Amino acid sequence: MTKLTDLTITQTIKGLKEKEFTATEVTKDYISQIEKYEDKLNAFVTTTPEIALTQAKKADENIANGKMGLLEGIPLAFKDLYCTKDIKTTACSNILNNFVPKYESTVTQNLFNQGAVMLGKLQLDEFAMGASGTTSFFGNTISPWKANNSDKDLVPGGSSSGSATAVSARMVAAATGTDTGGSIRQPSAFCGVTGIKPTYGRCSRWGIVAYASSLDQAGPIAKDVSDTALMLQAMAGFDEKDSTSANIKVPNFPKALTGDIKGLKIGIPKEYRPDGLNKEICDVWDKGIEMLKEKGAEIIDISLPHTKYALASYYIIAPAEASANLARYDGVKYGLRVDGKDLDDMYMKTRAQGFGEEVRRRVMIGTYVLSAGYYDAYYLKAQKVRALIKKDFEEAYKKVDIVLTPATPTPAFEIGDKSMEDPINMWLNDIFTVTVNLAGLPGLSLPVGMSSTGLPLGLQLIGRPFDEATILNAGYALEQSVKFDNKPTLLRG
Amino acid sequence: MKEYILKGKTGDWEIVVGLEVHCQILSKSKLFSGSSTAFGSDANSNVSFVDAAMPGMLPVINKYCVEQAIKTGMGLNAKVNKVSEFARKNYFYADLPQGYQISQFDKPIIGEGYVEIDFNDGTSKTIGVERLHLEQDAGKSLHNEDPNKSYIDLNRSGVALMEIVSKPDMRSPEEAGLYLRKLRSIVRYLGTCDGNMDEGSMRCDVNVSVRPKGSDELRTRCEMKNVNSVRFAMQAIEYEAKRHIEVYENGGDIHQETRAFDATTGTTKSLRSKENAHDYRYFPEPDLLPLILSDEQIDKAKGEMVELPDEKKARFIKDMGLSSYDASVLTVEKETADYFEEAAKGNDAKKTANWVTSELFAVLKNSNKTISESPVSAKSLGGLVALISNNTISGKIAKDVFEIMIETGKDALSIVEEKGLKQVTDTGAIEAIIDKVIESSPENVTLYKSGKDKLMGWFVGQVMKESRGKANPGMVNKLLKEKLG
Repeated sequence: MTKLTDLTITQTIKGLKEKEFTATEVTKDYISQIEKYEDKLNAFVTTTPEIALTQAKKADENIANGKMGLLEGIPLAFKDLYCTKDIKTTACSNILNNFVPKYESTVTQNLFNQGAVMLGKLQLDEFAMGASGTTSFFGNTISPWKANNSDKDLVPGGSSSGSATAVSARMVAAATGTDTGGSIRQPSAFCGVTGIKPTYGRCSRWGIVAYASSLDQAGPIAKDVSDTALMLQAMAGFDEKDSTSANIKVPNFPKALTGDIKGLKIGIPKEYRPDGLNKEICDVWDKGIEMLKEKGAEIIDISLPHTKYALASYYIIAPAEASANLARYDGVKYGLRVDGKDLDDMYMKTRAQGFGEEVRRRVMIGTYVLSAGYYDAYYLKAQKVRALIKKDFEEAYKKVDIVLTPATPTPAFEIGDKSMEDPINMWLNDIFTVTVNLAGLPGLSLPVGMSSTGLPLGLQLIGRPFDEATILNAGYALEQSVKFDNKPTLLRG
Repeated sequence: MKEYILKGKTGDWEIVVGLEVHCQILSKSKLFSGSSTAFGSDANSNVSFVDAAMPGMLPVINKYCVEQAIKTGMGLNAKVNKVSEFARKNYFYADLPQGYQISQFDKPIIGEGYVEIDFNDGTSKTIGVERLHLEQDAGKSLHNEDPNKSYIDLNRSGVALMEIVSKPDMRSPEEAGLYLRKLRSIVRYLGTCDGNMDEGSMRCDVNVSVRPKGSDELRTRCEMKNVNSVRFAMQAIEYEAKRHIEVYENGGDIHQETRAFDATTGTTKSLRSKENAHDYRYFPEPDLLPLILSDEQIDKAKGEMVELPDEKKARFIKDMGLSSYDASVLTVEKETADYFEEAAKGNDAKKTANWVTSELFAVLKNSNKTISESPVSAKSLGGLVALISNNTISGKIAKDVFEIMIETGKDALSIVEEKGLKQVTDTGAIEAIIDKVIESSPENVTLYKSGKDKLMGWFVGQVMKESRGKANPGMVNKLLKEKLG
């Protein structure tokens, strides 16, 4: 018999509607799954089973009364960057270790309005800075995947490390993530699940702890493309409390999933196939191209000439914004305070103890690039590059409808991998994803193949601004061809 | 306009002054949040999650504050920039919750403009305005509540300010004082700032440098922060200019620095030098889109513009025949100008202006009241002036009536009727009094007739006295001359 936790959201909703099981039963199964695997994986910062069961009970009443929201009775968990009213929200930083917001983020409120059930808050790299799930104040998150014949712990990717891990290990039906440079797409690829970074402005940022405001976007991680579409449907929408949120109607994403991509023009950017790119990544990319071709898509070679400057620009713009965004964590109003002999001493002690190494590094880089005398050479130049990258895509979209690239340059690596001690190597994980954030475009990551070592490999579909529907549909078509078995090693018994 | 020169040991010096004035925008809610801006509320009672910089909170621009800035820009004869941009000004301080102030940097909402200042001698001068930008205020640190701790009040955090930066066009403390007063007058007319310097809703940073007279160089300036009255600003300028001269004349050099003005001693002292100046690391605020003004918004502001002091003054001179001085005095405050116009309705404008600027102002000054608290309404004062003009009462009696009006609040006519103060203009009645006076002083009549003309005054006085001031003085004069031959 299929476990309730193996069902997709679409299947679960069907079962709930047809009274095959209740939301309470579904929720209890997910809670058991969390109890079973949490010690091994460390995907959660906070679990909220009592809240989940109360919400599930309410969902069951609603279902009985025929009042079903889009996600009625569906157990989810949220990256611990989403402020949740009266529930600790930490950004996985010591500096917010005991912070309890008195407000609910717009996106989580949207999900609750659609009947979602909350299982807890998920781990991330501290303040969403990282690509490995190893910079959280609350310890490493472990991938539920293992390489063939190896017992070594692998990273789930990051920064939405807990989100991808929990979805992959069926501890939640789906999760929210955030993506500033690849933080939804890279862990989704590493964990063999599906995630989308929507167009900048599609989801409200209100109530989400900020990393880099002009790049941050909320998005879902789920078991498949249909669930991803449904989650995005519930999360998205204009919010007058976020001045950068777009006042554009949200289309019906699940309805867009026809699987028909006949005549769809798909661009393959040559700059994403640099010399020395991992052979297995190249192979899975070629496989994806073939599959989409078989479905009637037209494959077109394109060029995105400024790609090579993207990573450098990203690692100037994001830290610059972060250095200001994180200035509010100063020990004065909330969060950690370490007393000092005067105000400056208190600041220094609080921030030194409150922030981890990677956060401190980025705050310092950001402060440096904005400093008098350096601004033009770094920040201003990076913004110019950003405009060029955006223009690259605009040119490309005159010829193609979507762009297909790998999601990551490698499969998941081991925790403690020495080569990743060099921050530059860690940052290279974002090489295929940061352009999308810089250009503000939507990007979908989904599993398309396996490495020779038995680890998931993902591809990325990049769309026009506010055209998530097209990449979701292309992803849906690809998913049908791939038939990826996303059950991780840990769950295969 | 008088040239202002400071005499030094080595020669004459001229001073160069520029002002940065922070005006709190009159608005019920803050620049980026819906919190109240009420003055004098309990500490930390007007603080939203945004004002306290809670994680994940985002600013949303208050459109009303933008409209207020546009109107002020128009009042400064300045260019309204249809596209402007907010920027983060980064620095750490305990009463700055975000760790940055949202301000405007290289793209302010208002560009260059000017303000006319008027001197007492009737001359005027144009002071250039460099820009006006929008920014949020910080909170307030309270250092005197506890010997070991400081407290923070965030009520002011996020309140909307307009920073109005002048060009370095002022050459004397007087000019700076006139500029500040004129600025205050303009924003009050527009209703965009209450101009209250003692409540801190208008604050001033003063930049001062000096140069040898005749030179056009701009030497190193010093900035005095948060000077909170016009008088203090003028004192600070004078003190600082003299300090610069002394330093230069002793072979020293002035270093760019921020100084504080101490009102109790009238002196300034160094706060921080340029080396320790903040590097604010300005960059465009990514939480806000560029501020793009629509034609509608600009037209709306245009439609809401009121007659400003300069225009009003010109009209008072041209259409109402007032002197430049009276027109200036009457137009500083909109309330005064409105009062005057109401009182002058149907009356002689000059006579009304005299009554307002002399009698009424004296009463207000003595009772420490503003014109809106005047015990005599504009209409009542107009009534009094009318009684003088139509010869119902004499100017002298009018002063007595005015005093009763202040005490009782009654209108002039009813007082005149009640007390029987109506001027006697009946020839027969006046002649009777004159006859009585002539009869009772034959010696003086003889003296007058023998050529002592000066006695005429004495006769008039006697007649007026006999009539208890009510006889029409003109008629008394005329009839007396006839009777005495």
